[in-house]
Amino acid sequence: MTTKTKYLNPYIGGVLLGLILLAANFIAGRGLGASGAIKSTVVAAVKETAPTHYANSTYYQEFEASHEKGKSPLNNWLVFEMMGVIVGGFFSGALAGRLKLKTEHSPRITSKRRLIFALAGGILFGFGSQLGRGCTSGSALSGMAVLSMGGIITMAGIFGTAFLFAYFFRKNWIQ
Amino acid sequence: MGPLAPYEIISANTNMLLAFVIGIGFGFVLESSGFSSSRKLAGVFYGYDTVVLKVFFTGAITAASGLLFFSLFGWVDLAMVYVNPTYMHSAILGGVVMGLGFIMGGFCPGTSFCGASIGKIDAMVFIAGLFIGVFVFGEGYPMWEKLFMDGFQGYPKLSTVMGISDGVFTLLMIAAALGMFYVGEWAEKKFPQPEY
Repeated sequence: MTTKTKYLNPYIGGVLLGLILLAANFIAGRGLGASGAIKSTVVAAVKETAPTHYANSTYYQEFEASHEKGKSPLNNWLVFEMMGVIVGGFFSGALAGRLKLKTEHSPRITSKRRLIFALAGGILFGFGSQLGRGCTSGSALSGMAVLSMGGIITMAGIFGTAFLFAYFFRKNWIQ
Repeated sequence: MGPLAPYEIISANTNMLLAFVIGIGFGFVLESSGFSSSRKLAGVFYGYDTVVLKVFFTGAITAASGLLFFSLFGWVDLAMVYVNPTYMHSAILGGVVMGLGFIMGGFCPGTSFCGASIGKIDAMVFIAGLFIGVFVFGEGYPMWEKLFMDGFQGYPKLSTVMGISDGVFTLLMIAAALGMFYVGEWAEKKFPQPEY
């Protein structure tokens, strides 16, 4: 038998994840998130490179209005949290001996196909996270913890759709 | 007494520092549970690996019960805790688009950062896609602004809408999660896939 990759027991992982989410709510009065940090970065980049366009766009101005005046869009709770995620993920991977540059894909497909689908999936997820006001972390997971109706609907939308369409993308994942 | 930042028990800067610390814990747990692997994440949709189901729902019911207890003990004022708004149309459509992205890309935003942090190139490419997707949404905003704002219903809890207490709702959520864990364990035996 080949050596199996060692991962944490998923139920223990889940309890720990729940406690971290609880800590976020207790400390910051808000849940975890990921797509918000990407939005902050995109907004900051547009503000820096195309200030006139930035000033004339409803979307960016709505962000500006919801943000503390005179501060960078990057001065944001989610941006700091996501920097932590990269550090925490790296530490876990280092301790478990999983640090390795590689493209993970099913033996049935090429690396190129995997990367094309990864890019397309990322574009859809990025777009959908804006439409849904948060992604799997901010809308679905954190929404469930506070019993938010919108969050639970989005959660059902994400998992339900992925289940429905899994058949069409099976070549990417199963043999 | 809590939540600490909204009640100004801790400063805004301390809150940002703690965001970084919380993020480290978040990333560590995700990576050590296997969320840095698109193969493990996509497994839930084919039944061969249901780690997503187990970690996600255990996390949700742990945090929901924790918040209820904290509120009961007077440790946290739930009125000051952010509840996601409900915009019915965009909540459903956004979820559908994200679901498609999930099954195609094999990651979600949080997990892609985890994958990238340990060197997964597919995760890095997924992140590049995320930036493009958010940028496209921002640039085309006038086209979907109406849809984005449609069906606003305030900040309801599903328990309130169903006319039951938060406690009973959380109990139902725990029961549903246990049922799903049972199905998940069964599916992993029924639809095994070789590791690669």
